[in-house]
Amino acid sequence: MSEIRVIPLGAGQDVGRSCIIVQIGGKNIMLDCGMHMGYNDERRFPDLSFIVAEGPLTSFIDCVIISHFHLDHCGALPYLTEMVGYSGPIYMTHPTKAIAPILLEDMRRIAVEKKGDGNFFTSQMIKDCMKKVTAVTLHQSLMVDNQLEIKAYYAGHVLGAAMFKITVGSQSVVYTGDYNMTPDRHLGAAWIDKCRPDLLITESTYATTIRDSKRCRERDFLKKVTECIDRGGKVLIPVFALGRAQELCILLDTHWERMNLKTPVYFAVGLTEKANNYYKMFITWTNQNVKKTFVQRNMFDFKHIKPFDKSYIDNPGAMVVLAPPGMLHAGLSLQIFKKWAPNESNMVIMPGFCVVGTVGHKILNGAKQIEFESRQTVEVKMSVEYMSFSAHADAKGIMQLIQYCEPKNVLLVHGEAEKMEFLKEKIKQEFDLDCYMPANGETCTITTPYRIPIDVSLSLLKAENSKYNAQPPNPKNARVIHGVLVVKDSSLCLMDVDEACKEAGINRHIIRFTSTVRLEDPSPPSKTAEKLYKLFKEKLVGWNVGLTDGSISIESVLVKVEGSEDEQKNVYVSWTNQDEELGSSILEILQSMGHVS
Amino acid sequence: MRLYCLSSHPNKPCYVLRFKEIVMMLDCGLSAQTALNFLPLPLVPSSRLANLPAWMPQDTVDIQLEGELKECMGRVFVDSAPEFCPPLTNMIDFSEIDVILISNYSSMLALPFITENTGFRGVVYATEPTLQIGRLFLEELVEYIEQTPKRNQAKFWKDILHLLPSPLCDSFKPKTWRLLYKLSEVQSSLSRIKVVGYDEKLDVYGALKVTAVSSGYCLGSSNWVISSDYEKVAYVSGSSTLTTHPRPMDQTVLRNSNVLILTGLTQTPTANPDTMLGELCMAVAMTLRANGNVLIPCYPSGVVYDLFECLSSHLDNSSLSTIPMFFISPVADMSLGYSNILAEWLSNTKQNKVYLPEEPFPHGYLVKTGRLKHYKRIYSDGFSTDFRQPCVVFCGHPSLRFGDAVHFIEQWGNNPLHTVIFTEPDFPYLEALAPYQPLTMKSVHCPIDTSLNFTQANKLIRELKPSTLVVPQSYTIPPPNHAHRSELVIDQESRYVISIQRGEVVSLAVKRQMAKVSLCPTLADRINCSEVRSGICLATITAGLYVKDNQHKILELPDETPVVPKKRRLSKSEGESSSNSMRYEWGILDMDLFIRKLKQEGISDAKVEQNNSGYIIHLQEEDTLIQVEEKSTHIYCEAADTQLRLKLRNILMQCLSSF
Repeated sequence: MSEIRVIPLGAGQDVGRSCIIVQIGGKNIMLDCGMHMGYNDERRFPDLSFIVAEGPLTSFIDCVIISHFHLDHCGALPYLTEMVGYSGPIYMTHPTKAIAPILLEDMRRIAVEKKGDGNFFTSQMIKDCMKKVTAVTLHQSLMVDNQLEIKAYYAGHVLGAAMFKITVGSQSVVYTGDYNMTPDRHLGAAWIDKCRPDLLITESTYATTIRDSKRCRERDFLKKVTECIDRGGKVLIPVFALGRAQELCILLDTHWERMNLKTPVYFAVGLTEKANNYYKMFITWTNQNVKKTFVQRNMFDFKHIKPFDKSYIDNPGAMVVLAPPGMLHAGLSLQIFKKWAPNESNMVIMPGFCVVGTVGHKILNGAKQIEFESRQTVEVKMSVEYMSFSAHADAKGIMQLIQYCEPKNVLLVHGEAEKMEFLKEKIKQEFDLDCYMPANGETCTITTPYRIPIDVSLSLLKAENSKYNAQPPNPKNARVIHGVLVVKDSSLCLMDVDEACKEAGINRHIIRFTSTVRLEDPSPPSKTAEKLYKLFKEKLVGWNVGLTDGSISIESVLVKVEGSEDEQKNVYVSWTNQDEELGSSILEILQSMGHVS
Repeated sequence: MRLYCLSSHPNKPCYVLRFKEIVMMLDCGLSAQTALNFLPLPLVPSSRLANLPAWMPQDTVDIQLEGELKECMGRVFVDSAPEFCPPLTNMIDFSEIDVILISNYSSMLALPFITENTGFRGVVYATEPTLQIGRLFLEELVEYIEQTPKRNQAKFWKDILHLLPSPLCDSFKPKTWRLLYKLSEVQSSLSRIKVVGYDEKLDVYGALKVTAVSSGYCLGSSNWVISSDYEKVAYVSGSSTLTTHPRPMDQTVLRNSNVLILTGLTQTPTANPDTMLGELCMAVAMTLRANGNVLIPCYPSGVVYDLFECLSSHLDNSSLSTIPMFFISPVADMSLGYSNILAEWLSNTKQNKVYLPEEPFPHGYLVKTGRLKHYKRIYSDGFSTDFRQPCVVFCGHPSLRFGDAVHFIEQWGNNPLHTVIFTEPDFPYLEALAPYQPLTMKSVHCPIDTSLNFTQANKLIRELKPSTLVVPQSYTIPPPNHAHRSELVIDQESRYVISIQRGEVVSLAVKRQMAKVSLCPTLADRINCSEVRSGICLATITAGLYVKDNQHKILELPDETPVVPKKRRLSKSEGESSSNSMRYEWGILDMDLFIRKLKQEGISDAKVEQNNSGYIIHLQEEDTLIQVEEKSTHIYCEAADTQLRLKLRNILMQCLSSF
């Protein structure tokens, strides 16, 4: 048995700073290299000292794979490559490669300029880091070295999100990153073929949730928004600049258009146009609907959504503002939140998951008062709504994915422990699969059956095939192959005995036995042979009995009749040593007869 | 392995490969050259075309033939809806095809002829750009033909081919020519395409693996590698090593194949694409300066993108930046749109722009600034108001038999200020212009074909080192119009080259020796290996064979399954080896050892005689003969004396090595 080892450095029974080390076939692969939004100290990065206490990691890691551009999946990448030291290959999809540096830069600015974090990577580091990235396309089989192969699958979730299959020899692992099994307004659903990996590492953010239909959620969302603006309130929707923001913009834009609403909608991202441009450029990564219509009408040209300016915060009257970041942990959304929170006619809608420690997480858990580092406190009187718009697979989706790819083991990451526990039981029950959920730093070992690839000479296979096909079809009949395995250097090859001798450069020594039996039969020898032939056919069920030129053959056993027309016939039975059992029993049959009836 | 050739045109190839019981079609190109025999289809009725004199063979009055043929300046044309020569249908039953591999959008125009109403049940593989742009080509072609319907279809001229003048009389089997497919057939045919990415390993019924690799010729163009466990066939069709907009050609995986099928080399081997592009820019600028218009007949995608880019910057530098460029095609908007979202299929330079994010092609910008205007048709809204002269018009079809180009040639043909520039190499330009003669507008021939030329192809072959090379027959002799240019061929020295042409089948001697299977580890543990020479071990195995999806596995035989099918009785003497542990003897019998062992077992009356081939041992008392040769030992003994026989057998087996 061989093994696959998985060690989560982040995202083990936790959400945030995804970073999973997989050991497979002697290769070490790092899956994602994210940061934790809930922390400002060293805990925000995965504990890379776990791999090696000090110094660069290049010789310990064969490759790094980034599943998508969210910072909890790629946020620590410049830290890894430029600060800790890693110069090996890094893989991600084209859209991820395009968008990740923008988000990294955004986060860096907030961390360094607003929070005054000194020990953080620089803009130049982000650029240098991205230069080391190799972009991959979907379904491309990329050989990292001559044993390690990776292949990306569409994952939905955000633009360019991918699941990765990692194969070394006969072992394989699929890592889902974050994925979404239901298409939304701009992205398609995740898809994978029946690749039967030894292990599926899946996210489990919504391990216990089964969400109602998207349409209902959208209707609820619009209802809440309109209720609030009808009473003159302000709606704050914290989002990340890329991803859910675009989906909500499409939703709001079409609704405003249809209902002919006049309330201003603002999208507060400096790079709105730029962000939307990425979506236009990578439209092949969006869903069928957007793809089909983009030439006539690009979904990302919004009619009702205007850029936001900070001075609008204090504007009177109703408005809807989408502002980053999505978990209210810093930046503009938090700034707006502080201003609007004390007013009960206002509303904040959290459209996605919030990591423990963020303001978003606190208010979702009903906190009525938030304390900030500057000892400033804010009363939360505004209504707080949670709409699960983040595009993660729910429990149903996770089960669906397991069904799609038929793994032999499942490992849960990127979720909360209790919820994982529940899903784990469900997976065991429904699929009868072993399911694991290691915590950070905990090693999980999965044994995999081990297959030995060998060569077979084609003539041997073909001979077996024609023999098998000559038999009446019966699925219960086991197909049997007989040959000689030649072990030479490190190659294993099964061949026919004569081929094997030739390959080994030796001569076979054939031992043959011939015995004579005397039988009484008045008919000519050819008739006697025919009679014997019939007899053998009857007695030796399942054997291939042949009659040519008056001699009967059964495997290597030959039976020949000689003598004149008189009664006495000499019957010669001859067989090779390998057919001793058969030959001797045929001899016995003949001996016990004495005469042919 | 067999290869069938169904098309006569090396740039519109159609092959069928039979390999490991899989029937695989490689490309399904459609040459539109037959259309050149037909009169143009003008959008606006043309009195000139209508008044061309009818043509009849001398001394023939055939009423049926009336109106079918017309003459223009000594050339005879068929007055009918144009017909096309699809790939041969009599060589292979299309319903047998398992897979069709498409290399690029210019070699798939016969797809509806193959997949529709033929019982075809296979799957078609192509890259996403090939599908999207191929769709544009097919839709454009159908729309061109359908927007100018012809009332009746000429067919009687096909009966009197021998009476017709050249080149009509040389037509290949015109009775097999067919009218173009319908839009519905295009849709249904395209819906069979399964989109693949570069370097994606596709499994074909477990028997073969198929991979598309970038060929550098156009957006999404690919070469194909078809491989089994130990054999590899590379199909190289339409490749380019020039740096233009597509992803560069990937050569590594094509190396060391058993068979390399090479087709789609340049159609204008004597013209250098860069020089031609330069000449084109000059010709355009000169015409515009003289207040003339330029017509560039083109396909809706491909080199035209490079033309937009180069021409606009050339015009800028020639202070002609106010001259509008018009791009007219039913699919112009789609073509411009799609080309800018296919970043992953573009050259590195273009790809890097997306990261900024900027559109990879400048034509998006040219459209935004009004330099390049695109319309579906000449009668589309806005075209007549936007139209300004002088101008540059890009439109189809390059054959000048249908599409909006027909209209512009008719309009501008008798004005010497205007120029028509031929860039697409698919049609001989003089042939294309034949039905418009006499023509006073200038015509310039600047064919831009980025496909490999013969020098590049020969270099490529040397690098790829295939065991067998298959090329179209026409590549083994210099082109007819450059008969003395002996360098314009594929080198045949020092290599096994097979040439093939339409209607031929060639056998490709690829000797398959081995297949890969997997051996179950529990069985492997029980294998008893005998070392027969240093470093070589042999082990006799009898095992179960499990076959699923053409993949073989070798497993332990279940205990209850008898290796040998049931026999009623076959007594097992004790110590008898079952076939599970069957062994084979090898080597030479050591006579001294054998005799010694016989004596030990109480057989001492052995009389040994030496003869030519070995020894004969006579056991007188037992009346048994043992014939010993180098590679065999034969024991002749009494049937009744089983004990003796088994004793002899045991002794013999002790004296011989076995595995």
